[in-house]
Amino acid sequence: MLRLYNDGKRMTAAFSGDIDHHAARDMRRELDEVIERSQPELLIIDMEQVGFMDSSGIGLILGRLRAVRAFGGDVIIKNARPEIAAVIRLSGLSGLLVEGEKNETKCN
Amino acid sequence: MKRNVINECRVSFSALSVNEGYARTCVAAFAAQCDPTVKELSELKTAVSEAVTNAIVHGYRERSGNVELILRQLSGGLIQLTVRDKGAGIADIEQAMTPLFTTAPEEERSGLGFSVMESFMDRVSVKSAPGKGTTVTMEKQLSVHTRPAEPELQTT
Repeated sequence: MLRLYNDGKRMTAAFSGDIDHHAARDMRRELDEVIERSQPELLIIDMEQVGFMDSSGIGLILGRLRAVRAFGGDVIIKNARPEIAAVIRLSGLSGLLVEGEKNETKCN
Repeated sequence: MKRNVINECRVSFSALSVNEGYARTCVAAFAAQCDPTVKELSELKTAVSEAVTNAIVHGYRERSGNVELILRQLSGGLIQLTVRDKGAGIADIEQAMTPLFTTAPEEERSGLGFSVMESFMDRVSVKSAPGKGTTVTMEKQLSVHTRPAEPELQTT
């Protein structure tokens, strides 16, 4: 599940529920549409409402990272609970993880 | 150490991606008896999700079939999970288990399924042959500090 908020050149994608192979497919389609349209400088993936994520979520994040970077933007991931951060670390994407709100301007 | 089987559960379900969540729910319900920590439960669910997704995406290539899930609880807090499909099978298991290797990049499979299983479980073994399907067996020792005595150790 996915909710999107646009704030100028920043876009927040609030993920929720279980992110598995089944859910990732729909989220991917929806995200790509809006990334293409608004070309955000910063895509903030908010994991607060995510209860589960497996490596399908890594594929989802990696694909969107490529799309956003193609426009010169960047991606950060916030509010990932420890179990989900553990999966993200395995993938080598731990550089995208930020703690809380204050580091949100990382790429500016 | 000799381990007795305390519980064994077999579930067979349709190889559809919508059922990946069902497989995780089965594992969570089964493991609840062992009083796992939040972290252990999450690791069991993640590992089974990876194996079941592989069966659906690569084993059956999203065509119809059944995935069999065999859950075992052994004495001393050992959980054994087996995920079996009768799908395409794997010709080169070593290559399939190599981190980042994937046969479905266009589907955004990250190639990390086996890495996740290996990192979250204590033991992962794969048996497969082309045309015969794949069986993944995984084991995890749960922490036992809060667990009550095993039934067979109790005296009356």
